[in-house]
Amino acid sequence: MSSVAFVIIAILTLAAALAAATLQKLMHAALSFAATLVGVAALFFLLGAEFVGLVLIFVYIGAVAVLIVFTILLTRRDVGKDRGANWTGALLATGVFGGLIWAILKTQSVAIVAPHMRSISVKRIGEALMTSYVWPLQCVGLLLTAALIGALVLVMEEKR
Amino acid sequence: MTPTLQVVLVVSTALFSAGLLAALSRRHAIFILIGIEMMLAAANLNFIAFWRFSPQPQPPTGVMIVIFSIAIAAAEAAVGLALVIAVYRHYRTTSVDHFDQLKG
Amino acid sequence: MIDHLWLIPAVPFAASLVILSLPNRRRTSAATLAVAGQIGALAMSVFAFLSTLQAPGLRTVQNFTWFTFGDNALRLGWLLDPLAAAMLMMITLVGFCIFVFSKGYMAGDKNFVRFFAYLSFFSGAMLGLVISNSLLLLFICWELVGLASYLLIGFWIERPSAAAAAKKAFITTRIGDMGFFLGLLWLYGRSGTLLFYDGGNGCLESAGLAMLGATVTSIALLIFCGAMGKSGQFPLHVWLPDAMEGPTPVSALIHAATMVAAGVFLVARVYPIFSLGAINGVTSSLIVVVWIGVTTALMAAVIAIAQADIKRILAYSTVSQLGLMMVSLGVGGVAAGIMHLLAHGFFKSLLFLGSGSVIHGCHGEQDIRKMGGLRRLMPITFSTYAIGMMALSGVPLFFSGGWTKEEILHVTAHWPVSRLPYFLLLIGVVLTALYMTRQIIYVFFGDRHAGSQHAHESSRVMTLPLIVLAISAISFSVVLTPAWPWLHDYLTDESAHFAFPRLIQPTLFLSLVLVGMGFALGIWIYRKAGVQDRGRAAETDPLEFAQPKLFRFLENKMWIDELYARTVIAFSWMSARFSDWMDRNFWDRLVRGFGGIGQQFGILTASVDERGINAGVDETSVGTRGLGRLMSAAHSGQIQTYLGVIAIGLLALLLFYAWLA
Repeated sequence: MSSVAFVIIAILTLAAALAAATLQKLMHAALSFAATLVGVAALFFLLGAEFVGLVLIFVYIGAVAVLIVFTILLTRRDVGKDRGANWTGALLATGVFGGLIWAILKTQSVAIVAPHMRSISVKRIGEALMTSYVWPLQCVGLLLTAALIGALVLVMEEKR
Repeated sequence: MTPTLQVVLVVSTALFSAGLLAALSRRHAIFILIGIEMMLAAANLNFIAFWRFSPQPQPPTGVMIVIFSIAIAAAEAAVGLALVIAVYRHYRTTSVDHFDQLKG
Repeated sequence: MIDHLWLIPAVPFAASLVILSLPNRRRTSAATLAVAGQIGALAMSVFAFLSTLQAPGLRTVQNFTWFTFGDNALRLGWLLDPLAAAMLMMITLVGFCIFVFSKGYMAGDKNFVRFFAYLSFFSGAMLGLVISNSLLLLFICWELVGLASYLLIGFWIERPSAAAAAKKAFITTRIGDMGFFLGLLWLYGRSGTLLFYDGGNGCLESAGLAMLGATVTSIALLIFCGAMGKSGQFPLHVWLPDAMEGPTPVSALIHAATMVAAGVFLVARVYPIFSLGAINGVTSSLIVVVWIGVTTALMAAVIAIAQADIKRILAYSTVSQLGLMMVSLGVGGVAAGIMHLLAHGFFKSLLFLGSGSVIHGCHGEQDIRKMGGLRRLMPITFSTYAIGMMALSGVPLFFSGGWTKEEILHVTAHWPVSRLPYFLLLIGVVLTALYMTRQIIYVFFGDRHAGSQHAHESSRVMTLPLIVLAISAISFSVVLTPAWPWLHDYLTDESAHFAFPRLIQPTLFLSLVLVGMGFALGIWIYRKAGVQDRGRAAETDPLEFAQPKLFRFLENKMWIDELYARTVIAFSWMSARFSDWMDRNFWDRLVRGFGGIGQQFGILTASVDERGINAGVDETSVGTRGLGRLMSAAHSGQIQTYLGVIAIGLLALLLFYAWLA
């Protein structure tokens, strides 16, 4: 894979992430978030997990980001602005970042190059889902059902 | 130069930190959720990276995990947003500074 | 025989125990049992006596260990020697006669069974006293005999005078016993043993005596205190006349023949202690014995002249005779003293039983001034009484008392220290004859008075013992004559031989003269006793008429009892009251003070608990609450704070892992 493309996409993604974290205007921050997710999906493509990247686009951007925008619109009584980063948060985030980077750089075993590999086919994923991962599949189904019902219950109007 | 695993990991760490920053410093409840989603996305990136850079990437283990992770993240985001709406209805505000009922 | 010697006291003891378990209506069984016990003891005493005849001065001993403590052992033992054998014979024989007499005398009493139980108990204790080889065993039997005396003096418990007399007897002898016990302890301390004869190691044998050294006089005098109490020597004689409150058989057995003889016996038994280091047969302890004996003999004889109770005359007579025996022992005539003891046992008990017969015949009257003319009404009693009286007065030749008194005067005359006791004893002989004559005249001669109007002779069960004792009083003299001094030599471990010329001695004539003088004096003074004469009433004693003040003094026993009441008893009362005051006010306050301390301590503990511990606990809980409040302040309720803390935790964990690596 091309490292140049990788680096560019990475930088764009990170810029969008930072924007999402710090922008004052709510809609701008939400849309930056969506852009971050696009970047992540592109990275997935680069890493050879095309299916997951597409799933990410579908689910995250298509559903979650839209959902967020809708909720912003629904809770608009507040001012359209939000404060950005404050010092405590920045400090902590920087600290965690530093710590993790140090850990990564210290580890020798991750200084490796990607082996050559063919892309994984959707067929294979489907087979795996139906055979080895059938139980987690069922559980996730159950979870999604529960989340659906839960969300509905939560936003239901209270009966007087 | 081909990106090493380290580089990919650095990227995902940066993404994670950005998400943490958002979660820690934002006032709007929704943006804390956005921060959480970004941290989840960074973690998924980690999984894919490790799967891709592993010596025998034939079994699609990393991919499967990420698929499930995304599904769960979606469910969690839905519930979380429902929560925010419910709370907004009660308090007429989404600023987390006001959500201190558990103050002991 | 020595192996079975312990049976002699054991049989009467056992009889006593069995009688105690009998119900009150079984009178015949009780009397039979007691008499049977006494006969058994008598038979065995005869055996014992015969076994001592095998060789002159034969002494057999059997010692046994009572208990051990550490390395030492307390040993007791039985002893059979001529002295013990002679005493056994006298006690069992006299006891037997008195037991038989009691069956008749106490026939009307409702506590008949108890009486015989006590009598048997006394008999067993007295026999044990005589054959013991250990001073401790002797002391034990001594105390038992004292107990029996107390029980028997106060036999008629419903009479306050009897109870008081019993108490007086016990306490007075206790004073003597205290000295005895101290002497006993001292002796044990110095010589290490209380056995008399122990194969050379006994305290009466040379090895033991050598360890006593200079303390021997003090020990002897302390032991003599016990003898003084028991044998009624001055100044501890006051209990004996009062002891006449008991029934007459008791007076006969205990206070004439046996128990009071125990004191004399004790001195004879431990004579080696008294006579250790004697120069010419004289030691300081023996000198004390002589003077006390002489004082007692003379004083009691003088008081006896002025007494009106028939038994009290005999009681003072006993005291006087005991004094005489003590004098004899003191001057060195041990055998003479013991012989007089044995003879005295026979004739004094005869006299007491005779007086009992008189009292019984006069239906309980005891005042001699109210009796008279009983000579014809009670002939057997009169004749036996007369025999006893002559034996006591010391008529020689046929009467045992005469020979023994003879012997005593003989020994006293040769005392190197002083001739005074001899002369005083001579006066005593005259006085003895005098008061006995007085008594006989008042009781048996003259006209009948109030008490003797309806008198009658006693039944055979009472007169037979009188006859037996009278015969023995006479026949005993056979072995006592100087012509054949069998008993004397038996007691002094010599072999006797017959020598007629010794019968004639100068002192024999002297005593004949003195006794005759006494009789004549008595008859002359009292010939008209009980009869109205020269303005004197019938009840007034001629001497009282002649010398009223002196008579009053003697009649009231020289006011000795009153002196004791003012001094010793008053002192006891004071000490008792003082002790009571101390106890109430001092010790009681002290104890309450200690209690108060305990109380204060309790209050202190309570306050510590209240203010210290409780407060501590309260403070702790307050502190915990404060701490809790502090910690809850950390709960801001803000989500982002929590998230931030999680992030810090993550950092910390990272660093920890990095440090581990």
